[in-house]
Amino acid sequence: MANHYYDAADLQKFTAIGEYQQELADKFFGWYGEVFKDSALTAKEKSLIALAVSHAVQCPYCIDAYSADAFEKGWSETQMMEAVHVAAAIKGGAALVHGVQMMNKTKAISM
Amino acid sequence: MKCMKSLKALHHQLASSTAQIAVLENGTDHTLPLFSDKLRAEELYPLRPSEITIFQVNVGKMCNQVCKHCHVDAGPDRKEIMTRETMQLCLDVLAANPSLQTVDLTGGAPELNPDFRWFVENIRQLGRHVIVRCNLTIILSNKRFFDLPQFFREHRIEVVSSLPYFTQDRTDRQRGDGVFDASIRALQLLNEAGYGMPDTGLQLNLVYNPAGAFLPPAQETLEKEYKTELLKRFGISFNQLYAITNMPISRYLDYLVVSGNYEQYMDKLVRAFNPAAAHSVMCRNTISVGWDGQLYDCDFNQMLDLEVACENSRHLSTWNMAALQHREIVVNQHCYGCTAGAGSSCGGTVTK
Ligand code: SF4
Ligand code: SF4
Repeated sequence: MANHYYDAADLQKFTAIGEYQQELADKFFGWYGEVFKDSALTAKEKSLIALAVSHAVQCPYCIDAYSADAFEKGWSETQMMEAVHVAAAIKGGAALVHGVQMMNKTKAISM
Repeated sequence: MKCMKSLKALHHQLASSTAQIAVLENGTDHTLPLFSDKLRAEELYPLRPSEITIFQVNVGKMCNQVCKHCHVDAGPDRKEIMTRETMQLCLDVLAANPSLQTVDLTGGAPELNPDFRWFVENIRQLGRHVIVRCNLTIILSNKRFFDLPQFFREHRIEVVSSLPYFTQDRTDRQRGDGVFDASIRALQLLNEAGYGMPDTGLQLNLVYNPAGAFLPPAQETLEKEYKTELLKRFGISFNQLYAITNMPISRYLDYLVVSGNYEQYMDKLVRAFNPAAAHSVMCRNTISVGWDGQLYDCDFNQMLDLEVACENSRHLSTWNMAALQHREIVVNQHCYGCTAGAGSSCGGTVTK
């Protein structure tokens, strides 16, 4: 049994999730493949979105995969970092905007 | 200060083809499945030629650039150069073998060979299509090359040139400081001469190589993006974009090993093995000629000193078309570079 969470080599084993439930895995990978194809958005644009989202969900596997993919598809380091800042700004803003809820609650229970 | 020397001039271990093959065959700490076994599973082993139609000639290893990914280990310090006598042997072979319709001239910078123009004129007189692998910056490197666009046009030569990206950073990182700006200027001069322009029939094709340890994205999409960006930013037009996979040979192999990317890159190539691409590898319709007249299956085998497996026809002077047509192509682990994903050849991806 592994004594640590997250192993870079596990990314390559992603498709092995089918071992426990092939049908749903196939559906997921089929859908996933479709999502990232050139369509109304280009595969290149989708890659940058995925990079930003991978930071928002803080998945190290996705960060690795989409750092490589976005760079391969021709985004520059500056553009990639700006995408990360967009993710961070939304995350920061999302936390802060809940401050209003906190304020509402505080005010509701205050004299 | 940037190193402007070839591995050979540096007496680097990987300047030796034996050392390169040892890395490719044994890896650094784990071994890969054999390329020949992959072919065997596709009933493609031993790999044999289809019809040989392309005669690729490496006219010398001298170059005005020292690109990091260069599989030739070319540079200003390389002195290997094809003589006029060897060129004459090439012309004799061409005259005797009409099926060799295309002559693909490569280097180094082929234009640095003092007999380059003489050679081109004579090949054209034989009625063959000529491709020149022009690195672009050579045109601006010295005034004796300023008229190359006109020379190319006069002989209806197809020009194929590397431009790793339409931005300066990636191009200069791979090919050297200042290469991007000079390449853009040279492309504009080629456009002015009619290259890449509608209705002239003067073909200008660009090559994309990944500037790092990764595979190229889809050629078609990339071509669209190149066309839009180069036109918008610099007013440049061209015909086709060839997306090429970097081969784990010579300076690119050194880069992979030194940067710690060797294993993951080779794994990536192996995982991306595409049987459809294996059917269309370029060694099946090409013969590659070295600066000294030796014959090889492709330019990559040439740089690894893997001569054709055709004992009585290993040099231009003993050329035997029938024997070459029936030979077994020599394959090794570097061949994974030709069969990854959509496949890769001098003319870009090999599958749709
Ligand atoms: S890749 Fe081409 S331009 Fe660059 S050093 Fe090699 S031969 Fe010269
Ligand atoms: S490296 Fe040469 S021999 Fe090997 S598959 Fe590619 S073209 Fe053929």
